[in-house]
Amino acid sequence: MTSLLVLLVLVLLSIALWQLTKIFDLTQIGQNSENTQIASENDNKVNGYLMFAFLGFIYVITIYCLVKWGNLVLGKPASAHGPEYDNLMTISMVLIFTVQTITQALLHYFAFKYRGRQGQKALYYADNNKLEFIWSSIPAIVLAGLIFYGLFCWTDIMFVDKNEKPIVIELYAQQFKWTARYSGQDNVLGKANVRLIEGPNALGVDLSDPNAQDDIVTDELHIPKGKRVLFKMRSQDVLHSAYMPHFRAQMNCVPGMVTEFSFIPTVTTSEMRDDKDIQAKVANINQIREKKSAELVAQGKTALDPYTFDYLLLCNKICGASHYNMQMKIVVDTPEDYNKWLKEKATLVQSIKAAKTEPAPAEGAPATKDSAMAPKKDTTVVAQAETKLTK
Amino acid sequence: MSHEHDSHTHDHHEHDHHEHHHKDTFITKYIFSIDHKMIAKQYLITGTIMGLIGVGMSLLFRMQLAWPEESFKIFSFFLGEKMAPAGVMTNEAYLSLITIHGTIMVFFVLTAGLSGTFSNLLIPLQIGARDMASGFLNMISYWLFFLSSVVMVCSLFVESGPASAGWTIYPPLSALPQAISGSGMGMTLWLVSMAIFIASSLMGSLNYIVTVINLRTKGMSMTRLPLTIWAFFITAVIGVISFPVLLSAALLLIFDRSFGTSFFLSDIYLAGEVLNYQGGSPVLFEHLFWFLGHPEVYIVLLPALGITSEVIATNSRKPIFGYRAMIMSILAIAFLSTIVWGHHMFISGMNPFLGSVFTFTTLLIAIPSAVKAFNYITTLWKGNLQLNPAMLFSIGLVSTFITGGLTGLILGDSTLDINVHDTYFVVAHFHLVMGISALYGMFAGIYHWYPKMFGRMLNKSLGYVHFWVTAICAYGVFFPMHFIGMAGLPRRYYTNTNFPLFDDLANVNVVITAFALIGGAFQLVFLWNFFHSMFYGKKTVQNPWRSNTLEWTAPIEHIHGNWPGELPEVHRWPYDYSKPGHDEDFVPQNVPMLPGEEVLHH
Repeated sequence: MTSLLVLLVLVLLSIALWQLTKIFDLTQIGQNSENTQIASENDNKVNGYLMFAFLGFIYVITIYCLVKWGNLVLGKPASAHGPEYDNLMTISMVLIFTVQTITQALLHYFAFKYRGRQGQKALYYADNNKLEFIWSSIPAIVLAGLIFYGLFCWTDIMFVDKNEKPIVIELYAQQFKWTARYSGQDNVLGKANVRLIEGPNALGVDLSDPNAQDDIVTDELHIPKGKRVLFKMRSQDVLHSAYMPHFRAQMNCVPGMVTEFSFIPTVTTSEMRDDKDIQAKVANINQIREKKSAELVAQGKTALDPYTFDYLLLCNKICGASHYNMQMKIVVDTPEDYNKWLKEKATLVQSIKAAKTEPAPAEGAPATKDSAMAPKKDTTVVAQAETKLTK
Repeated sequence: MSHEHDSHTHDHHEHDHHEHHHKDTFITKYIFSIDHKMIAKQYLITGTIMGLIGVGMSLLFRMQLAWPEESFKIFSFFLGEKMAPAGVMTNEAYLSLITIHGTIMVFFVLTAGLSGTFSNLLIPLQIGARDMASGFLNMISYWLFFLSSVVMVCSLFVESGPASAGWTIYPPLSALPQAISGSGMGMTLWLVSMAIFIASSLMGSLNYIVTVINLRTKGMSMTRLPLTIWAFFITAVIGVISFPVLLSAALLLIFDRSFGTSFFLSDIYLAGEVLNYQGGSPVLFEHLFWFLGHPEVYIVLLPALGITSEVIATNSRKPIFGYRAMIMSILAIAFLSTIVWGHHMFISGMNPFLGSVFTFTTLLIAIPSAVKAFNYITTLWKGNLQLNPAMLFSIGLVSTFITGGLTGLILGDSTLDINVHDTYFVVAHFHLVMGISALYGMFAGIYHWYPKMFGRMLNKSLGYVHFWVTAICAYGVFFPMHFIGMAGLPRRYYTNTNFPLFDDLANVNVVITAFALIGGAFQLVFLWNFFHSMFYGKKTVQNPWRSNTLEWTAPIEHIHGNWPGELPEVHRWPYDYSKPGHDEDFVPQNVPMLPGEEVLHH
């Protein structure tokens, strides 16, 4: 059946090609009897009009994309610097669309207007210093404005005032999963190095470091609304990138060094779920999933789960075969809920002790293709006995 | 004086060649040729074959993206049972395909295929030289390129799979076979292939530079050079400056992979054990890679812009507007291109202050680019446009150059880059601005200089079909990508089905793939035209496009030394189209100035 379809498509394509060529050939009739393969008056006319039509095509595809798919782009930002980011994006986009509309119009209109005609003579016009000065300086001025605003935002986002006492959380990346480590009461992360990885101490935390005693390890990220969070990123194997699109946040995780990114979450998960745009998006996605589920069930496969909105942390730097499925759920809580959630968590030291006393059932495998959709357990540490610390 | 001296020695050479000429065997004429015109054809045909592979791969992974994890017979056929068990592409095969697609298109098609072909063909012919400064070096350069192509293609068939760490081959992923199987033998071959490629590229570039500086014919001052030559010349300079840096990065990576050094690796725990590496930094590799990688964008693009300048002027029957501004722009772009590499690394973990510096230099580069775009548009104004296929592709180039270039304002801004970095927004941007634009430049060059290369014309009707379908499909593929990128969709994902969040983007991916398949299929029209016309095309006349540059004064039949007898002497710049006071609307460069004729172009 597929091969028949492929064959059909091929046949149709070749017919289309044959016809198109014929059309262009037909436009030659009445020209010089000898076809020189150089554009004739008629070619200039046909292609000149097509140039004008192509301008229409560019505008149509732009408008179509904006109307049909404009709502796909990320909506309301969920971090304090988000609106500033979106504002700069909007200004740049307006500028881009304006310049695009004007320059494409000039380009294609000139291609149409000045299409070659017999007896038409081009204007010998080689230089005009004034014009060139104008169109070098206009971009220069506009760009100066953009650069200035951009750098202002950049400094604002990247240079964190440590006096703000941000909550320090480590994001730990490995093929193909994320883990979070909270710095606990003292708000200082214990030292860590991959050389200390052993059994349940999967992050290589130095358990003898006093700062590490209250560290908490989780595989779901909870952050409180309205408090500045400072993420310290580490990777144990290859490059990863911690991408949190809803927060307009991203930073690479580099083995051998600690990278940082900080922001203030401003919208809790449940508030975001009530957002009108998000609700429309979720409804649309669920409709798509229902349709797909119906197909799957008809084939005797399991249906897809309905989708509820959650913030996500994605890996956005190619990191191996299962790069496409390296994710962690982010939950923005109210500060009260956040504290409550964190309090219920055992510290790393406690859970390692627990693991030591009762040998745990199974090793938590890193996310693979199959376990992709399986709900992740929110336990601190996957177990394995043996926690003898070596230095 | 030196010119006379040069042409003298070359006349002598030419004499030698002529004696050989009659004894030319098939091998010395078609295979180990030292004639720049034959070498140009060899580059073009090798580049075309590599292009076929590279584009073919993109169609395969586009199908996977549109219909994730579905079974296709075509996958089984091309990828085999290992990479596509039961016709379903594996995730590792997907990563291999995108990696090799990127590598082949950037280096083998758009660097060697484009710059190699037209630098070789046009530099001697347009500056009035008998051949390249060193024909032998030129031949070696081509054969090293051929060898590197063969190694790259061979790497597709090794058991552990071809390189699959992305064309940027960031370590540690590219350094450790435990991290991804493509980083075994496949990666070794990739590095070997690239090392040979760089050697080839350096030999070619040095040759181009020496030829342009030393072998210009009498009267051909630097400010009378066609813009094509300026573009090729500066491209070669950038290549000589930046390619060696990639070579050292590749060498250090080879050391890390094979000899246990730690230039780029540190503190790694993989597959249950701590590796011995200590003290290296992957960020160092990123710096070295992009020190080439960004200039590489202009190595790809400048020749295309050079070709476009020539084609637009000729077919507009007008001088290129702002000749000197165009040269200044090329120089400015070349200079700035070497100090903007950090904009690929805003969120790599380097000092954010550096991000500010690179934002500044990056947005500066928009100024010369804007000047070029405006100058092209003004050249069209009040012209008498001969809409040949080459001209259409040139106008198409200006269009995609603007569309793709504008989004550079977003990616070059460190702040905005945070959230669109490595998403499909980037894919859309660079494919339009350097992929499609450079391909259009290459097509423009092929349609324009085909008669010079093969003595026959390409069929123009097929050319028109080729252009219009390609133009529509290129926008159809890459315009919607901006939107899925701004929805936060990361690139290099094998499938997006693990994120319900992205379910609403699936139909956009189907549309993109449909355009890609149609656009890809219509490249066969070009291929057919290309190979068919080689033998059955209409015989060309001496100067089919009524062009001013010197290559059209050389005989149609290729001879060693390009011109029988004396080299042509140059009396004017190359853009005297429709100059008042002349009967014809073009005045070739070797026509002496009329008595009392004014030089009007500065």
